[in-house]
Amino acid sequence: MAMVTIDGRKVEVDAGTTILNAAKKLGIDIPTLCHHPDLAVQAVCRICVVEIEGQKLLQPACAFPVQDGMVVYTNTPRVRQARKVNLELLLARHPQDCLQCVRNRSCELQALAERFGMREIRFEHKLRGLPEDHSTPAIVREPDKCILCRRCVSMCHDVQAAGVLFPSRRGADTVVTPVFGRGLDEVACALCGQCIHACPVGAITERDDTERVWQALADPNKHVVVQTAPATRVSIGEEMGLPPGQIITGKLVAALRRLGFDKVMDTDFTADLTIIEEGNEFLKRLKEGGVLPMITSCSPGWIKFGEHFYPDLLKHISTCKSPQQMFGALVKTYYARKAGIDPKDIFSVSLMPCTAKKYEADRPEMCDSGYKDVDVVLTSRELGRMLREAGIRFEDLPEEEHDDPMGISTGAAAIFGATGGVMEAALRTVYEVATGSELPKIDFEEVRGLKGIKEATVRVGDLDVRVAVAHGLGNAKKILDLLREGKANYHFIEIMCCPGGCVGGGGQPIPTTMEIRGIRGNALYEADRGLPYRKSHENPAIKQIYAEFLGEPLSEVSHHLLHTHYTPRQKYPSVAKTVCGEAAG
Amino acid sequence: MEFYRSHVLVCGGTPCVLEGCKGVRDALIAEVKRRGLDREVKVVETGCLGPCDLGPVIVVYPEGTLYQKVRVSDVPEIVEQHLLKGRVVTRLVGEAPQAGVVKYEEPTYLGVQERIVLRNCGVIDPESIEEYIARDGYRALAKCLTEMKPADVIEAVKKSGLVGRGGAAFPTGLKWSFTANADADQKYILCNADEGEPGTFKDRLILEGDPHSILEGMAIAGYAVGANKGFIYVRGEYVLSIERLGKAIEQAKALGLLGSNIFGSGFSFDVEIRKGAGAYVCGEETGLIESIEGKRGEPRIKPPYPGTEGLYGKPTVVNNVETIANIPPILLNGPDWFRQFGTERCPGTKVFTLTGDITNKGLIEVPMGITLRRVIYEIGGGIPGGREFKMAQTGGTSGGCLPKELLDVPMDYFTLPEHGSALGSGALLIMDDSHCIVDIAECFMRFFEHESCGKCTPCREGTARLHEIVAKIARGEGKPGDLELLDELGSVMQVSSLCGLGQAAPVPIKTMLKYFRDEFEAHINDRLCPTGTCGI
Repeated sequence: MAMVTIDGRKVEVDAGTTILNAAKKLGIDIPTLCHHPDLAVQAVCRICVVEIEGQKLLQPACAFPVQDGMVVYTNTPRVRQARKVNLELLLARHPQDCLQCVRNRSCELQALAERFGMREIRFEHKLRGLPEDHSTPAIVREPDKCILCRRCVSMCHDVQAAGVLFPSRRGADTVVTPVFGRGLDEVACALCGQCIHACPVGAITERDDTERVWQALADPNKHVVVQTAPATRVSIGEEMGLPPGQIITGKLVAALRRLGFDKVMDTDFTADLTIIEEGNEFLKRLKEGGVLPMITSCSPGWIKFGEHFYPDLLKHISTCKSPQQMFGALVKTYYARKAGIDPKDIFSVSLMPCTAKKYEADRPEMCDSGYKDVDVVLTSRELGRMLREAGIRFEDLPEEEHDDPMGISTGAAAIFGATGGVMEAALRTVYEVATGSELPKIDFEEVRGLKGIKEATVRVGDLDVRVAVAHGLGNAKKILDLLREGKANYHFIEIMCCPGGCVGGGGQPIPTTMEIRGIRGNALYEADRGLPYRKSHENPAIKQIYAEFLGEPLSEVSHHLLHTHYTPRQKYPSVAKTVCGEAAG
Repeated sequence: MEFYRSHVLVCGGTPCVLEGCKGVRDALIAEVKRRGLDREVKVVETGCLGPCDLGPVIVVYPEGTLYQKVRVSDVPEIVEQHLLKGRVVTRLVGEAPQAGVVKYEEPTYLGVQERIVLRNCGVIDPESIEEYIARDGYRALAKCLTEMKPADVIEAVKKSGLVGRGGAAFPTGLKWSFTANADADQKYILCNADEGEPGTFKDRLILEGDPHSILEGMAIAGYAVGANKGFIYVRGEYVLSIERLGKAIEQAKALGLLGSNIFGSGFSFDVEIRKGAGAYVCGEETGLIESIEGKRGEPRIKPPYPGTEGLYGKPTVVNNVETIANIPPILLNGPDWFRQFGTERCPGTKVFTLTGDITNKGLIEVPMGITLRRVIYEIGGGIPGGREFKMAQTGGTSGGCLPKELLDVPMDYFTLPEHGSALGSGALLIMDDSHCIVDIAECFMRFFEHESCGKCTPCREGTARLHEIVAKIARGEGKPGDLELLDELGSVMQVSSLCGLGQAAPVPIKTMLKYFRDEFEAHINDRLCPTGTCGI
């Protein structure tokens, strides 16, 4: 333990605690910018500097460890001057168009400028004049806004193991960029969007597709259908001013109807369908000696990461499309036929917690309905913008139900949005389908929670099924490396690209921290407990679609509409722009 | 060993190489042979002799005659007159204090110089381990390994009062003790030879002139702290240093002075060379470590310090070339011997590179605490061309600029900072009154803008802004408030930058504003450059 005096008050903390955290215990909020609670210490912005008695240099509170007897001052003239000059230096190099910025009012730099009352910048305002990166359908980079805090670098390297973003050049020319200034489309970027959550300013954002949706909604000839992803029902509330972890499924449906969507259906329906197809695929692989372990395929960021870094392991990935793409294929076939609407008039929108879903929807093979299966993917943040623009207030909304026939779902589908949820949902179904008897305990606690890699063994009939769950690509990499070395002794692996699973997706509300990811995940488990059906195979709408349309799991129709294939990709791919219906590059 | 009646030492330091000493050496060898003197006269290429702007320089022993600016066409005359007939060729002797007769046993030509670090430079053939050994080389290592415990070695270095010669002046013995006390399966000794300070070339000439002293010093450090592996991180441009170090490592290994079980003591030590790629910031110890690890050259956050968590996360000693070169003589002669030199607070000597508007330029080694005045006028021969001394920058581009009022300040690691400057790595740039302070400031600030690694805000943005503002003043576009802003920004950079680069970058401008403020004001208020340099 160490007794430290900060601004004249004493506090006892563990030796080695940072000054920042020690001060927090005293209720002193030292300003930070490059600091992020979930990421490696950067200590580069020099905003959090403090004065330590006996030291000539100021030290960064975010990094400097306390020692017993240390005396710290957080607000001396020297400290205040250093903070303000450093902030002034950053602002003089940053665009001053906050009103046009997507991060207006959620920007940490802006908040600091306000906190420090920056009324004058004495240095000449000079931008670096760097080109923007609009090369992908998912993520936009505006390096001129970058303040070089390197949080995205830490996220991309340490957490997501993709190693795409890195500082290049030096001094005032320094820029965080993919190698050789390439676009994100020319490197092994999973398009997970976690860098967006890391970014304190508007230097990395999602591609905004709201205008295309507004246009479709205004088009009387379009039948606009929206699907809502599992994780969005516990996060959209944050876009509307509610605290994290509120289950707002019914209000979300009502809000989407008020925006003008003709049908509001549910990705949870196709999540249940995924479980049926994937569960049967798994049982088939088990029975027929297929490639094991089988890995889940719901997460498009993970799929793209796998295609770049583990092309040799693609045969392990389930051929099932993600729930979004199953929905897209069915809405322009099954639903179109049932509703008597020409599929060319259906405009299919998905509400997703994810940036990689925008890329997935654009993959050339995702046109099995004969049309582009999903026309536009909106992230949670984009929908938030639309709702606010339309003046929709959650507190005034009733709770409404999703539309039939693809609006009925189970608790198993709801937990798809949390790490371990797909595995748990699959186990609930696989057990009962394989054994024909009812599960003694429906909750698989071992695969829940935020531990990076979770393992469990489940007795199914006379087989011990060994499963593993990884979330965040850094954790996925550990399992995949084992698999490559032949040391991954599992039957079934769930991989989610983003930490915490889809609740922590790159399209989710800002801020998204580890703490918030956990809160949203818990809300999904709460939603699961409150639903009448909790196993995918008990979903009556699922039984109906097999009876009316698909026949049986893994049928020919299923294969055509619900399954897909993967494309080995290089780490530095040459770019082949593909549109629906053309061959992949 | 064969005996010769005469030795001709050809300075093989880089400045002389650039002036064509290799051709002179080859011509001497050929001419000596042609005259049939090759069994009586030996031509030896040595390390730097010191007078770097007089090259190529040669010294003929036993007379100790120093010839300067020797051309290939002068060689037949030197051989015929001096080596055959015993007559000094007076037209090549010159008039500078450093020139003339050089008595090797009584180095009076060195004036107030003391040679500890440069004890072998210009005396031995740096490519001959035998010559190094003949001058007591590797005796200190033998003494440590056979007579002393590691703790005794550290104690001796502590007692000597040696502080780091790279600029930070951290007590070397204390630094070693941190690594010695750290518990780890692997430790490292790094020699920082990434000498990047403009105007500094002392490490280069030490490495070229006496590479074995570095290997010996590193091995002693390794024994003291329990490290069996060393790396020399040397500037990639130092081609000759790298070549001679490589040969020295091979020779030492061949004789069992590096490698396993040295002197049968059970202690093993290996050294490898790593070449820098030209980033100034890699001279910062943690930037250097990152670079050796193959990463982008950038400083790390401290703590943890390299002493306990350095290269590959292992306890690591990082010492400057000059610091390491001091180690063998300290261990051989004892700390008390070392403390005779220099001052009480700062014992020993300091190697400087003397450049700029000064009569004798080159490499010198003087007792710590000597005044600037003595260096300039007793060794440097004063300011040429009848001009006045204006200022001296000590410590390289990141050092302070001292006016003539401070010519009598003792130069050591503790006194200079009291005047806003630093001893730094040992560059001494002398400027006469023809130079404009603002023009020089612009040049220095451009350097730092170019060399900032870009990691932390104050250095990345601050170096660019210092340059921008000074450049405007130089163009006659300065405005009231600029000097106050420079001062304030400089202060913030000094206290809040992540590493020594950003902390030191404002030092020259801060001292210039302190001692030469009127010149800045003339540029701003009167749109006038007093020396007429800036062309406003």
